[in-house]
Amino acid sequence: MTITKRKFDVVIVGAGGSGMRAALQLSEAGVKVAVLSKVFPTRSHTVAAQGGIAASLGNVTEDNWHWHMYDTVKGSDYLGDQDAIEFMCRQANEVVYELEHFGMPFDRLENGKIYQRPFGGQSQNFGGAQATRSCAAADRTGHALLHTLYQRNVRANTQFFNEWMGLDLIHDEQGDVLGVTALEIETGEVVALQARAVLLATGGGGRVFQASTNAFINTGDGLGMAARSGIPLEDMEFWQFHPTGVYGAGVLISEAVRGEGGYLLNKDGERFMERYAPNARDLASRDVVSRAMTTEIKEGRGCGINADHILLKLNHLDANVINMRLPGIREIAIKFAQVDPINEPIPVVPTAHYMMGGIPTNLHGQVVVPYKTGPEEVVQGLYAAGECACVSVHGANRLGTNSLLDILVFGRAVGSQIIEDLRNNPHHKPFPTSSTDKSLARLARLDSQKDGESVAQVGDVLRKTMQAHCGVFRFADMLKEGVTKISKIAERAEHTEIRDKSRVFNTARVEALELTNLAEVALATMVSAEARNESRGAHARDDFSIRDDNKWLKHTLYFSEERRLDYKPVRLKPLTVESFSPKARTY
Amino acid sequence: MRFSIYRYDPDKDQKPYMQDYDIVLEPTDKMLLDALIRIKVFDDSLSLRRSCREGVCGSDGMNINGRNGLACITPVAGLKEPVELRPLPGLPVIRDLIVDMTQFFKQYHSIKPYLINNDPPPETERLQSPEERAELDGVYECVLCACCSTACPSFWWNPDKFVGPAALLQAYRFLADSRDQATAERLDNLEDPYRLFRCHSIMNCVDTCPKGLNPTKAINKIKGMMVKRTV
Ligand SMILES: Cc1cc2nc3c(=O)[nH]c(=O)nc-3n(C[C@H](O)[C@H](O)[C@H](O)COP(=O)(O)OP(=O)(O)OC[C@H]3O[C@@H](n4cnc5c(N)ncnc54)[C@H](O)[C@@H]3O)c2cc1C
Ligand code: SF4
Ligand code: SF4
Ligand code: FES
Repeated sequence: MTITKRKFDVVIVGAGGSGMRAALQLSEAGVKVAVLSKVFPTRSHTVAAQGGIAASLGNVTEDNWHWHMYDTVKGSDYLGDQDAIEFMCRQANEVVYELEHFGMPFDRLENGKIYQRPFGGQSQNFGGAQATRSCAAADRTGHALLHTLYQRNVRANTQFFNEWMGLDLIHDEQGDVLGVTALEIETGEVVALQARAVLLATGGGGRVFQASTNAFINTGDGLGMAARSGIPLEDMEFWQFHPTGVYGAGVLISEAVRGEGGYLLNKDGERFMERYAPNARDLASRDVVSRAMTTEIKEGRGCGINADHILLKLNHLDANVINMRLPGIREIAIKFAQVDPINEPIPVVPTAHYMMGGIPTNLHGQVVVPYKTGPEEVVQGLYAAGECACVSVHGANRLGTNSLLDILVFGRAVGSQIIEDLRNNPHHKPFPTSSTDKSLARLARLDSQKDGESVAQVGDVLRKTMQAHCGVFRFADMLKEGVTKISKIAERAEHTEIRDKSRVFNTARVEALELTNLAEVALATMVSAEARNESRGAHARDDFSIRDDNKWLKHTLYFSEERRLDYKPVRLKPLTVESFSPKARTY
Repeated sequence: MRFSIYRYDPDKDQKPYMQDYDIVLEPTDKMLLDALIRIKVFDDSLSLRRSCREGVCGSDGMNINGRNGLACITPVAGLKEPVELRPLPGLPVIRDLIVDMTQFFKQYHSIKPYLINNDPPPETERLQSPEERAELDGVYECVLCACCSTACPSFWWNPDKFVGPAALLQAYRFLADSRDQATAERLDNLEDPYRLFRCHSIMNCVDTCPKGLNPTKAINKIKGMMVKRTV
C-alpha cells in the first residue's frame, strides 16, 4: 500500500471540547492546523455532558478559586498535582466568561448573570457550607459548549478532517514526534500527516467497561497511539463510576438532579446517604456515593425484583424546575427507563463514566515521560489535552463539572504553548519512511486475517471481564486473575477477523482498530490496579481498605511494551499558595 | 424480528438493493440502534453512523418505515414489520445507511452560525435576562441530524439554493440572541427567492424532528422580521 503525505504546522487528533478549544487558539493565531475527528465535530462525546462547568464566579453564593482548589485537591484524594490544580482553578472564571462571549447559551439568573447550581464536592471556606459553582445551560451544558466551540471555529476558518481516524504516531529514533498516520474512513485511504506539533485530544476510553455512560467512539485511541510509541500511561487504575447511570441502559442521569434537590433511596425508602456522608449526603464526592450504593445493593437493600438497583427520587421537585432545569434528564428517563421523573423515581446504578488517568502531561499540555534528567522530561512535538491526558488535576477522583473546565483551560493552554514552541522549531523534520510501517502492517494484517474471532466477540469478553474484575470494589484475587485474562484478550484482539473488506466507509475496520486501543487501556488499568495496594479515591481495594500516604502518595506509570510499572511523585507544591497536605477525607 | 435494509457498497455493488434480515433480539435490545448493532454482529458489513446512543450527537438519522428519525431513540417495540430502513432521502448515499452530508453542512455554514458582536467584551459575562435567554429554548438544542432537511421537499429540489429547515432554525437562533448585533446582515443573507422563501410551510420538518423542535415556527419568525423591516 502506498501512503500519501500531507504537511501542516499542527495536527490535532480529536475535535471534542479540548481539541476544538486548542484549534481555536491556533487558528486565530494564523497557524496552519488540521483537526482530525472520527466523527463530525459536534458528534464528539463532549456533546453529552449535562450538568455544568465549575468556576468560582460567585453568582449565587460567595466563592473564590482558592476554595475551588481546596475542593479539587480533596476530591482527588490528594493525588492531584497541586500546581496544575491551582492553574486550572485560577483560570476558570476567565475561560467561562470567554465561552459566554463566544455565544454559549448559558441559563441566566434574574440579574442576567450566568446561572450556577450546586454539585457534589463543592464547598465554601475550605470544607464549609455547600457552594454553588457549576455554570449550566439547562442539563445540556456539553451540547451548548461543543456547538459554541464548533461555531467559533467555523468563524476562525479552522480546517477539519471529519471522519478521519488517527492510527499511530510518527516519530524518529529519539522519540521526537513528527506527525501521525490516519485513515480517511470514507475512502479507506491511509495518509501520513506531517506536523511540527501533534496534539492528542481523543477523549476517554469508557467503552472498556460493559456498563458505561460513554459513547461508542470513546475507545481510548490516543492512549493506544501513545502506548504503542513507548509513552507510559499515568494513573490508569483510577476510573470514576458515576452513581447514577440508568439501570440496564447505562445512559447518564446527571448529578445536576441531586444538585437541584433529588436524592437516593434504597428498597426501604431510606435516604441512606445520610449514614455514609452526614454532611454532604447525596452531594458527597462521586466515589463515596457509588461505594455507598454498591454496599446497599450488596447488603440486600437494593430495589426491584432482583434487588439490584437504587432509586433516584426527584418527583418531590416542582414540575417547573424539572422542565426548565432538567428537560434532557426527563427525556432520557422517559425513553430509557420508561418512567416520567415528574411522577416516579428513576432506577439507577453506578456506571463507568470517566477516566482520571491518561497520557502524562505538564500544565502546558506537553507530554512528559521519565528520562535521563528526571521523571518529567518533555517529549518533543507531542501534546495531550482533555480526558485522554493526565495533567493531573483529577487525581484519584474527579469532581463533577471539573472536566469541562479541564478541557477549556488546558485546551487553551496547550494551544498557547504550541504557538510558542513552533517559534523554536521552525522547520519540519524529515521522517524515516519506515515510520509508517507500523500502521500499514496493522491494516494489512486485518485484510489478510483468516479464521480469526469477530471483533464483537472479543470486545464483549473484554468489557465483561473489566466489569467483573475491576469495578467499584476491587479484590486481590479478582485483579490477579483479571490481569491474566485481559492479557489473553489483548492477544486475541490482535487476531480478529473482519469479513467486510470494502474500502468505502468500512466501519468494521474502524471497530477492529478501536478494539486494539481498548485492549491497551484495559491492560494498563488492570495491571496498575493490581499493583496499587491501598484504597484512594475511585480505587477501592477490599484487602487494603485505607489510603496509605507513606507508600502510595505517588502516580503510577504503565509502560505497554514490557507491561512494566514505574512511579513518580505527586506535585504537592502549588504555584503560589500553601500546599494542602493530605487529611482524612470525610463529607 | 424482520428488517429490510437498504444496501449499497460502491466498491462492489452495481446498484442498491434491499436486504432482509431475520433476527432474534435480546431483551436488552430496546432501541432500533441496539437491533442494528445486533445485526452487525452477524453481518459486519452493514454500515451506519452512531456514537452517543442517547439522541444527543445526531449521528444515526435514517429513514425508518418511511419516516426520518434517530435509531438510538426509536423503540423497536411498536415498529411495523418488516422494519424498512433506508438512508436519509435526498442526499447522495456513500454506503448503506450513510449519506454524504456535505450539502447539509454547507447550508449550515452559510448562515454564519456564530455570535456576531463587535463590542469589546466586558470583563465578566454579557448580561442577558432569563426572558431573553428563553428565546433560544427550542432552538439551540438542534443536534444537526438532518432528519428535517431531508424530509423537506423544497430541500430535495434545491439543496444548493434553499437553506433548509435545520440551518434556518440556526439562523433564527442567532437572530433571536439578544447578544447578537448582526440582525440586518443576517436578514440580507436570507433575502433571496430561494434561501428562505422556498419554504412553503409544509411542516414535514416539524413532524419529523426527533428532538421535538419546530423549524417552521422559527422560519415564520424570520419571515416576520423580514416583513417588519420593509415597512
Ligand atoms: C454522559 C456524560 C456526561 C458528562 N457530564 C459532564 C459535566 O456535566 N461536566 C463536566 O465537567 N464533565 C462531564 N463529563 C465529562 C466530560 O464531558 C468529558 O470528560 C469531556 O467532554 C471530554 O472532552 P474531550 O475533548 O477530552 O473528548 P471528547 O469530547 O470525547 O472528544 C474526543 C474527540 O476525539 C476524536 N477521536 C477519538 N479517537 C480518534 C481517532 N483515533 N482519530 C481521530 N479522532 C479521534 C473524536 O472523534 C472526538 O472528536 C461527562 C461525561 C459523560 C460521558
Ligand atoms: S415547513 Fe418549510 S422547511 Fe419545513 S418541510 Fe416544509 S418547506 Fe421544508
Ligand atoms: S431541527 Fe431537529 S431534525 Fe432538524 S437537524 Fe435539528 S435536531 Fe435534527
Ligand atoms: S447515536 Fe447519537 S443521536 Fe443516535
